[in-house]
Amino acid sequence: MKRLLWRVDEMAKMPNMEDMPIGFVISKAGSTCKIKTASWRTFKPIIDYNKCTDCSWCWVYCPEPAIEVRTDFKKGKYVINYDYCKGCGICAEECPIKAITMVKEEI
Amino acid sequence: MKVIQKNRLALSGNEAVAYAVKQAKVDVTAVYPITPSTAVSEKISEYVAKGELDGELLLVESEHSALSACIGAAAVGARVFTVTCSQGLLLMHEILYIASALRVPVVMAVANRSISAPLNIWCDHSDAMDQRDTNWIMIFVLSVQEVYDRMIQAFRIAEDFRVRLPIMVNYDGFTLSHTYSPVDVLSDEEVSPFLPRREPPFKLDPKNPITLGAVGNPDYYMEAKVQASKALTDSLLVIDEVDKEFEKKFGRSYGIYRKFMMEDAEIAIVGMGSAMGTAKEAVRRLRKEGKKVGALILNIYRPFAYEMLAKELKDLKALGVMERALSPGGVSSPLMSDLLSTLYLNSINIPTMNFIAGLGGRDITIDDFRKMFSELELLEKGKSKRPYLTYVGLRSEEREMVL
Ligand code: SF4
Ligand code: SF4
Repeated sequence: MKRLLWRVDEMAKMPNMEDMPIGFVISKAGSTCKIKTASWRTFKPIIDYNKCTDCSWCWVYCPEPAIEVRTDFKKGKYVINYDYCKGCGICAEECPIKAITMVKEEI
Repeated sequence: MKVIQKNRLALSGNEAVAYAVKQAKVDVTAVYPITPSTAVSEKISEYVAKGELDGELLLVESEHSALSACIGAAAVGARVFTVTCSQGLLLMHEILYIASALRVPVVMAVANRSISAPLNIWCDHSDAMDQRDTNWIMIFVLSVQEVYDRMIQAFRIAEDFRVRLPIMVNYDGFTLSHTYSPVDVLSDEEVSPFLPRREPPFKLDPKNPITLGAVGNPDYYMEAKVQASKALTDSLLVIDEVDKEFEKKFGRSYGIYRKFMMEDAEIAIVGMGSAMGTAKEAVRRLRKEGKKVGALILNIYRPFAYEMLAKELKDLKALGVMERALSPGGVSSPLMSDLLSTLYLNSINIPTMNFIAGLGGRDITIDDFRKMFSELELLEKGKSKRPYLTYVGLRSEEREMVL
């Protein structure tokens, strides 16, 4: 019997519709992690850990969410994952002590 | 056709649909009421209240939500049903595409009704024709018995692994939805093995997560859409197979289309829905007068059986297509467009005429069909002065386009 489910990364190698899963189902959870989504970012948020108070506001507001909570932190508890941050600037806007600055992305 | 008389009930079309839903042991019914289909949900709610149907009845806030709820329930592997028509079906429109693209086996009954404005609650096929490109299987029926039988078949077809597509069973509003007819129903013991429960090829399950409804980027979208479209075309085989098995087990079948006195017919009318019952009577009478006429009743509109139809129609001398829908500003009505493509692709060059009739519930009488047939007779002889698109019973100063 024809296999019904494939993973996203497998699909990339399968151009024919006959081999694609019916209903365009993605059979493996978390497969989106394999795709980096930050390439469209124009401004990059930078946290100044000298100012940051670990209040968690940026983590709460990030819509991605691209801000991770570190338990083994040295410099800060809240760290931005630039593989997924889209540069929307919400964290910078919401940070109560303005510890985040948006810096133009260098190509 | 042998008739097995086991259990004959007097049912309206709406009640026949509800009865089939009960026997199919539908898990989730999500509905929003709309005339003339409301009685279906009322009857189902009665079944659920009495404990005759062990299923969930969701009364949602709109048709858009009704179909959305059905998709969600079907995605976890439930057998689902909804019913609507007219504006309700139009409100579902965008969700119809999603149901077929996600390949969930939703069964929906549509008590065909016209579209506003002007506000009109009576029958025509405008609501269904508005959905023809949504990748659903579209069945049209002629009688209350047929709507019951097709509803039972619908669950089997939709859930077949080779199909996995939603199905719309169209039955004419009021003409069928509210008319009581004797219906030979199957026993529950007969229905259960005909509609076996099977583990779906994929389902939403927290223990085994999958993604349904992912983004299809330009590098996948086209394949996904064509794949679903191909599945619809291929479903013709399964629809036929299920119908044949139904006949073998229960003695009734309908086919992709059925022919009435078509054997040596020179002039024929093709159409769908209950009005074709009237067409049959007109043919019967005209045959007594020695006219070589026939009728072809199309039961399955999508997928469109163009190869089979070309074979049936190729020897005619004139062809008429009666349709209860308009395609404003277009070449012809939807069914006629499909048939014209069919004829052209098969190099069949016969004179044709498109009859628009019965919009907004206007009666289509035996006399109307007589007029259509005599016009086709003139057309065959090259003497018809009417344009190719002709309106039956329209009041207009432009007399030549009115029949
Ligand atoms: S810029 Fe937007 S996406 Fe990036 S970390 Fe801040 S809130 Fe999240
Ligand atoms: S909102 Fe500002 S202060 Fe609070 S954790 Fe984020 S960067 Fe630090």
